Amino acid sequence: MNAGKLTNRASLSHKRRMRKARTVLVAMVGSGLAAGCISVTAPDKPIVIELNINIKQEVIYRLAPGAQNTIEENSDIF
Amino acid sequence: MNTVFTRATWAVSAAALALTGLAAPAFAQRDPAYEAARQAGKIGEKPDGYLGVVGGGDAATKKMVDDLNIKRRALYAQKAQAANATLEEYAMTAGCLAIARTAPGEKYQTPDGNWQTRTSAPPVRDPRCP
Repeated sequence: MNAGKLTNRASLSHKRRMRKARTVLVAMVGSGLAAGCISVTAPDKPIVIELNINIKQEVIYRLAPGAQNTIEENSDIF
Repeated sequence: MNTVFTRATWAVSAAALALTGLAAPAFAQRDPAYEAARQAGKIGEKPDGYLGVVGGGDAATKKMVDDLNIKRRALYAQKAQAANATLEEYAMTAGCLAIARTAPGEKYQTPDGNWQTRTSAPPVRDPRCP
């Protein structure tokens, strides 16, 4: 009897929480729809040197002194 | 002890020999055809560390550029590995420096892909260049 009461009370609060969660979910979906689609347009010019975009400046600075020597020591191909 | 000493001596002399061996081809001059093509603006330096043919270019120029780029790539690969860097990182660093050392009148490519003639003014390079 006592256990039943507790169970009922628990389930009631659980239901309340579920309802709140549902409201939040509906609000989220609603706002998502209201914002509309994000339109992505392709650039009209081809993107050049896209591969180099991940190269960090600090890496270039670290490599520069050695690369300078490499160029000078192989000046026939540079 | 004696064996260790002998081994060390051998190592030192081998290293010295290797150094002189490496130093021998250093500071070699450009091939006259390559030098002429650079001065004529038929060949230019690109930001990626390789040479490019400016405009159409004849078969001989294209072949020369390909050969030089293959040599550059091999060199970059070897140096990049030694420096714990990627081939692209090393090549781009060399590209920054190669563009910087172009002589006035020679061609180089800007980061947006346009060919420019080098003047006495600093060249237009990637903002990450040193």
